[in-house]
Amino acid sequence: MDRKLIGKRVVRNEDPRLLTGHAQFVDDVHLPGMLHAAFLRSEYAHARLLKVDVSKARQHPGVVAVFTAEDMGKDWFPGPPLVSPPPTVKDVVFHSRRQVPLAKDKIRHAGEAIAVVIAESRYIAEDAVEEIEVEYEPLPVVLDLEQALQPDSPLVHDDLESNLAARLSQKKGDYEAARRQADVIVKRRIVIERGAAAAMENRGIVAHWDAQSEHLTIWDTTQAPIPIRNGTAARLGLSEHQVRVIAPFIGGGFGPKIMMFYPEEMVIPWAAKQLNRPVKWIEDRRENFYATTQERGQIHDVEMALSRDGRVLGLKDDFLHDTGAYDPYGLTIPLNTQSHNMGGYDIRNYSSEFKVVFTNRIIATPVRGAGRPHGIFVIERMMDAAARELGMDPIELRKRNLIPPDAFPYEHQIIDQAFAPLILDSGNYKAVVDKALEIIGYEKFIKEEQPRLRREGKYVGIGVVPFIETTGVGPYEGARVTVEASGKVNVTTGIGTQGQGHFTSFAQIVAEQLGVKVSDVRIVTGDTSEFHWGTGTFASRGAVVAGSAVHAAAKSVRQKVLKLASKVLEAPEEELELEDGAVRVADIPQKSISLGELAVLANPLRGAVEPGTEPGLESTSYYGPQYGATAFGTHAMILEVDPQTMMIKIRRYVVAEDCGTVLNPLILEGQIHGGVSMGLGNAYYEKLHVDENGQLLNASFADYLLVSSTEMPRIEVAHLETPSPLNELGAKGVGEAGAIPVPALFAQALENAFYDRKLEVLEMPLSPNRLFELLREAQENEKSV
Amino acid sequence: MKPAPFEYFAPASTDEALSLLAEHGYDAKVLAGGQSLIPMMNFRLVQPSILVDLNNIAELAYIREGDDGGLRIGAMTRHRQVETSPLAAERAPLIHVAMSKIAYPQVRTRGTFGGSVSHADPSAELPALSLALGGKFRLRSQRGERWVAAEDFFVSLFTTVLEPDELLVEASIPPMPPRSGWSLQEVARRPHDFALMGVAAVVTLNEKGVCDGARLVFISAGDRPIAAERAAESLKGQAPSSKVMEEAAEIASMQEIDPSSDIHATAEFRRHLANVLTRRALEQAFQRAAETKQEG
Ligand SMILES: Cc1cc2nc3c(=O)[nH]c(=O)nc-3n(C[C@H](O)[C@H](O)[C@H](O)COP(=O)(O)OP(=O)(O)OC[C@H]3O[C@@H](n4cnc5c(N)ncnc54)[C@H](O)[C@@H]3O)c2cc1C
Repeated sequence: MDRKLIGKRVVRNEDPRLLTGHAQFVDDVHLPGMLHAAFLRSEYAHARLLKVDVSKARQHPGVVAVFTAEDMGKDWFPGPPLVSPPPTVKDVVFHSRRQVPLAKDKIRHAGEAIAVVIAESRYIAEDAVEEIEVEYEPLPVVLDLEQALQPDSPLVHDDLESNLAARLSQKKGDYEAARRQADVIVKRRIVIERGAAAAMENRGIVAHWDAQSEHLTIWDTTQAPIPIRNGTAARLGLSEHQVRVIAPFIGGGFGPKIMMFYPEEMVIPWAAKQLNRPVKWIEDRRENFYATTQERGQIHDVEMALSRDGRVLGLKDDFLHDTGAYDPYGLTIPLNTQSHNMGGYDIRNYSSEFKVVFTNRIIATPVRGAGRPHGIFVIERMMDAAARELGMDPIELRKRNLIPPDAFPYEHQIIDQAFAPLILDSGNYKAVVDKALEIIGYEKFIKEEQPRLRREGKYVGIGVVPFIETTGVGPYEGARVTVEASGKVNVTTGIGTQGQGHFTSFAQIVAEQLGVKVSDVRIVTGDTSEFHWGTGTFASRGAVVAGSAVHAAAKSVRQKVLKLASKVLEAPEEELELEDGAVRVADIPQKSISLGELAVLANPLRGAVEPGTEPGLESTSYYGPQYGATAFGTHAMILEVDPQTMMIKIRRYVVAEDCGTVLNPLILEGQIHGGVSMGLGNAYYEKLHVDENGQLLNASFADYLLVSSTEMPRIEVAHLETPSPLNELGAKGVGEAGAIPVPALFAQALENAFYDRKLEVLEMPLSPNRLFELLREAQENEKSV
Repeated sequence: MKPAPFEYFAPASTDEALSLLAEHGYDAKVLAGGQSLIPMMNFRLVQPSILVDLNNIAELAYIREGDDGGLRIGAMTRHRQVETSPLAAERAPLIHVAMSKIAYPQVRTRGTFGGSVSHADPSAELPALSLALGGKFRLRSQRGERWVAAEDFFVSLFTTVLEPDELLVEASIPPMPPRSGWSLQEVARRPHDFALMGVAAVVTLNEKGVCDGARLVFISAGDRPIAAERAAESLKGQAPSSKVMEEAAEIASMQEIDPSSDIHATAEFRRHLANVLTRRALEQAFQRAAETKQEG
């Protein structure tokens, strides 16, 4: 189809509002009589809670209420399970233990909420929090994943036999047989540490109970307003229609904002109803480090079997995954790892078992990448180790194993987060790798520039890492498209928005069908009173799933427009075109009617709407993919490192991305830039340091090193388009792509830079200090050989 | 992250501020740029009951030429003012170049010279550079006024000789002797972070090109700015060569500094960096000194 708007660099509809400070965020909600909440959070990572004395805090002037777990009575119960384990996997072990509104009896991670103070101002609430007296009995903490599974380990959940939260194995082919045939076996242990999502906006919630209309309104920084509405109604014994959840503009989600229900999401609406006054809680940055979910955190024991000519015959990857104190999010992250640790390679024999481990750390739930960066780090590190072992060019090794273009749809077979054996819908992987190589000038760099730079004493390395990204999973999303009497179009969808550009990309999809200006399409997202079917914004699915629903609704409205216009203009539908906000008869431009006039005709004030028809130019559609679309990309980087100070400089950064049909390159590149910055953080900057007591040592941006503009390289992006056959737009997701390959890429480039040392990177993130240590170790190993 | 309750005063003159400090002493804290104090108050690490805001005292913000040909900087002068001052660039280039290494522009438009020096963070640039250049500070209280040399001013971590009723009102940075060269070398995780390790070198050559005097002061190397005196001494009377520079770097990094380990770097890595940076700093400083010799 010839497209006028889809694929164009349309500037964003939402930017004027955002840039002039007029967009509403949760903290912009001010209601008469509103109270402010502050939480008392545990100082200990693991402790028995002996006594919580709030009597002094209750007396504090300006304090309206203080609640503990006891005070919640029968309303105190854990949050719901978000995702249960896939029913189709045999012998799966899964112990569901979910977070509670306020801790009772036991503390399981530092920062767990114990009590809430509700006061006339946040200042007073925080003053009163300091007056709560808590008696703890500290317990030995569980932090190390391997020790946690030892029989003598302390238990995070006393009612379980061990800290094993889950175990799941998947196989395809016969790894043992592949191993026997192999010429080379490469074995490594790979360690992946935790990081924070660190959205610019922390979490926040405002709840307002209107006792007269018996209606609860909640503004929440959630990525999933509809499930929050339904769950809140269930928790409070209300009808779903008595609860309205608004997820207004949100300053970044990145995954943690789809965790449900956070303690604050259970407590604040409940408290607002109890007190019959609006209550606001805005998470501060320190709380965000202690109370918002995090990710990464795995240990892999990997084995790769290869033939001498560089065919990967099989892969075995057994790993531990840290879920933290509870596991409400089920197995999404480790399943994503299991479905990405073969990358985009055609590996026929595979065996993987993961164990999910409870620890005294904050709950782990998906953060941009959601298990995929782990999988890609594993396979790509193994590829580099194997290339060295075989004495083969690392790119050549990769090319020999990529899934060929004629193998799609490719039966990957491993069950992923969508709970079905993964099928890779489409792709042209080698073309994407070649594009990245071409742009970065791989051959020339290796043959000419690098030798020259090395002669000058510089340490400059190159890396090239391909990756897959499963995206756009079900179950479904919906959208309603309405042409209004003004001729402008209103679109409503259930998903929330956290900066992805939905107000523009969805508008483009609609404008493409209806022939209106992109700026004349108004998008409403994340307000359950406007649309109440759907799940949320996660898993790089907004453009694919909600976008396809918007597309379907727009097409259906287009049909209605054509039908009515054909009657009015007395011309067959085939001769009509939608252009400039009007329908006109092709070749007879004066015979036309505006969309606005048609909308009025479709919703008459007198007369009758014909039986069997609906009023208005409106349509609601849903889209649920048969299975998820899988994107593919390749990043390449030239990295210079000062071998004495370990300071780095990224000289070139190239991204070749194939996420199917590009809806808007400007928005797409923005997603990639943001992803790369998170990936660089995971590679060299961002690590959550905890001490032996489970205390976070860097709970502020002074010490948690978020990648900033000064660390960002210029990024050269190339788009390739292999449309997905699974949806009419041909779209695949890209929201997480940027972050996925970066740590593996960084490690490869670093090893390549230190060509004269035996450096091998088997962990992420690194730091200058850690790199210094690794180089020392490499030097000592060499000496001792 | 809200501060504990406090009472707030915003005097318009130094005298008024001093009288408030005389009255409230230990209970009061002065607020300069707030870039260090406000975060500490929000974390409730400090809970002063009285805050004396210096931001309305215009007479404390200036950059002037000193009688000795050096620089006088008022306590409330913002980092950004120093960064953009041609006079500062000419009279105290070492301080001038350091400005771009302090945080980022937002912080520099608020943070003050006096605040940074009074805060006495061993990882901060200005305390170390004041020491390297032989600067001194004018302190005032209702009891009177005194000048304290930088080498006597910094006591330990976040601690100076300032009394609770005293204000630091001015810094005086003398000019470098003729045929001097300088260098500031740092390693920071991100350009705007406090340095993991840093060193300022000031060296002077005599007419024959032999080192006549040297100062090496380290950042993030102990509980205050650390002057490596023996390393500096080892350079005296020597013609600059890689050998003498390496020796000085070795002495300073292994014997004189006392860095600690934290989440960003071990003491071992910091010593390694100190060694690398000292060599680089001396090389550049001697180079610059030699160039001024040719010019002069
Ligand atoms: C993100 C960030 C990064 C930073 N990075 C760096 C860096 O790389 N290098 C660096 O050197 N600094 C850095 N800083 C600190 C910055 O330079 C501050 O400006 C400085 O530490 C304090 O200056 P201030 O004017 O803000 O003082 P304030 O925060 O207002 O005060 C600091 C302390 O000094 C006292 N005080 C202030 N003025 C006087 C006075 N005239 N007399 C007596 N006592 C006084 C106050 O009572 C308080 O105890 C950074 C700060 C931030 C927020």
